[in-house]
Amino acid sequence: MKKNHVFMAIALPALALFFIFHTYPALQGIFYSFTDWKGYGSWNFVGVKNYLNVFKDNRAGAAYIFTFQFAIVTTIVVNIISLLIAIGLNSKIKFRKTLRAIYFLPYILSILIIGFIFNFIFAHFLPQIGTVLGSELLSKNILGDPNLAWIGIVIVAVWQGVAFNTLIYLAGLVTISEDLYEAASIDGAGIWTKFWKITFPMIAPFFTINMVLSMKNYLMVFDQIVAMTGGGPGKSTESISLLIYRGGFEGGQFAYQSANAVVYFVVIVIISIIQLKILNRREAAN
Amino acid sequence: MTRKKTNWIITVLLILGSLFILFPIYLAITIAFKTPPEMAGNLLVLPKSWSFDNFKQAIEMTNFFNAFKNSFFITFFVVIFTVLTNSLVAYAIARNLHKKFYKTLYFYFLSAMFIPFPIIMLPLVKQTSAWGMDNLVGLIVLYVVFNLSFNVFIYIGYIRSIPVELEEAAIIDGASTWGVFWKVIFPLLAPMNATVAIITCLGAWNDFMLPLVLLSDQSMATLPLVQYIFQSQFSTDYNLAFASYLMALAPMILVYVFAQKWIISGVMRGSIK
Repeated sequence: MKKNHVFMAIALPALALFFIFHTYPALQGIFYSFTDWKGYGSWNFVGVKNYLNVFKDNRAGAAYIFTFQFAIVTTIVVNIISLLIAIGLNSKIKFRKTLRAIYFLPYILSILIIGFIFNFIFAHFLPQIGTVLGSELLSKNILGDPNLAWIGIVIVAVWQGVAFNTLIYLAGLVTISEDLYEAASIDGAGIWTKFWKITFPMIAPFFTINMVLSMKNYLMVFDQIVAMTGGGPGKSTESISLLIYRGGFEGGQFAYQSANAVVYFVVIVIISIIQLKILNRREAAN
Repeated sequence: MTRKKTNWIITVLLILGSLFILFPIYLAITIAFKTPPEMAGNLLVLPKSWSFDNFKQAIEMTNFFNAFKNSFFITFFVVIFTVLTNSLVAYAIARNLHKKFYKTLYFYFLSAMFIPFPIIMLPLVKQTSAWGMDNLVGLIVLYVVFNLSFNVFIYIGYIRSIPVELEEAAIIDGASTWGVFWKVIFPLLAPMNATVAIITCLGAWNDFMLPLVLLSDQSMATLPLVQYIFQSQFSTDYNLAFASYLMALAPMILVYVFAQKWIISGVMRGSIK
C-alpha cells in the first residue's frame, strides 16, 4: 500500500467513529430541540418554541444563575489557593516531594465518592464540632439550608480542584530563573513587587490555561451535586447539567432539554472565547 | 546561584494546609472501622477495634468484586486501546498537517473539546441503547473514541518534535509506513504514551456520568456507580457506607502511593503541552 493510503486508512475510520458517536448525537440534539419529542412516541416540529420556553422557565433560569455563581466563585477561589500553594511548594522548603504528593492526591480520587464523604462532614462532623464550640453557624448542616448549600459544593470542588491547578502553576514557576528575583532584590524590590513584576507575568500562560479549564469544568458541575445535595434543598443547587439529566431522562422533556443543552453549549463557547480574548490581551500587554 | 536557607514558615504553613487534604481521608478510614454505637461519640477518635466486619458486609451488600471487575475491565481495555489507536491517528494527522483534509480533521477533533457532554448525552443514550451498546463494551468504545479529541492534540505536539529523518532511514531499510510507526515512532512516544495512559486510567476509573446514563443493567455498574446506587440502602449506616467508599478509592490510592512521582510528572507533561 502506498504511504498516503495507509494514512487515509487510519484517519477515515477515526473520523467515521468520532462522527457517529460525537457529532451525530450533537446534530440529533439540535434537530430534536425544534420538536416536541418526549424521548418516546411521536413528535411534531414546534419551531423555536422550546428555546423561547427555556428563556421563560424559572427552573432553568435558577439553574443558570446557580451554575454561574458556583463556577465563578469556585474558579476564583481555586486559582488563588492553587497559586499560593504552588508558590509555597516552589520555595525552599523541607519535605517538598511529600507535600507535593499530598496536595496532588485529590486529583486521583473519584469526585462522587469525595462528595459523599464531604456530605457526611457537613451533616454530622461539623455540627458535632459546632455544638461543642457553641457555634450556631457550625452546628447546623449547611447543605440543608437553601441559601448556604451552594457554599458546601464550592468547598468540595475547591478541595479537589486545587490539586490540578497547583500542578500547572508549579510547572510554570519552575521555569522562572532564581537570578531574576536576585536582580530584583538588589534593586530593592519587595515581595509584592516581585510577585506582580516577575512571577505573575512569567506564569501568565499557565494562569490562562487554569482559568479557562476551571471555568469550563465548573460550568459542567454534576458529580459533586449528585453526591452532596441532589440539587436541593428545593431546587437551590440544581446545576444546568443536572437539570438536563433530570428533565431529559426522568421528566419526559427530551426535546425541551435538548434546546436547553444547545443554549448551554452556546454560553460555554462564548465564555471560553471571551476569557481567551481578555487573558491573551493581558498576556500580550505584559 | 546562592544556597538559600530552608524557609520554615512556609514549610509549616504547607504542612498545616496538607492536613485539610488528609483529614477527609482520615475520617473515611476511621469511620469505616467503627461500629454504629461509636458514631455517637467523638468522631475524631480512633476506632476501638480494627475489625473488618464492615468491609465484609459492604462487599456482600454491594457485590464489590463484581463492580471492581467491571471497573477494572473497562479501565484496562480503555487504556490499551486509547494508547494504541489515538497515537496512530495522531501520527497520521501530524505527518500530513500540510494537507487540507488532515488539517481540517485536526481542528475537528480539537473543537470537540469545547462541546460539553450534556449536549450529546440525551441522543447518545438513545442511539447506544438502540444499537445494543448499553453495556461495558459500548462504554469502552465511547471512551476510546471521545479520548481522541484531547489525545490527538497532545500527541501531535510531541510527534512534531520527532525528526522525520528517523523515519526516512527506516523507510530506506525497507520498512512500511505501518512498520515505521510501530517500530520507530511508537517507542519514541513512550513518555507521551505514559501520560495518556495515566490520564485515561484516572478518567475511566473515576467517571460517573457516562456509566450512569449508559448502563442499563445494575450488574454492569462500575465502582463509583455502585456507591450511588446503594446510597439509599446505606441510609444511616455510615460505617458500612464508608467501608464501601474506602474500598472503591483504595485501588487508585495504592497505585498513587507507589507511582506518585511518575503520575505527577505524567500529568504535568500532558497539561503543559
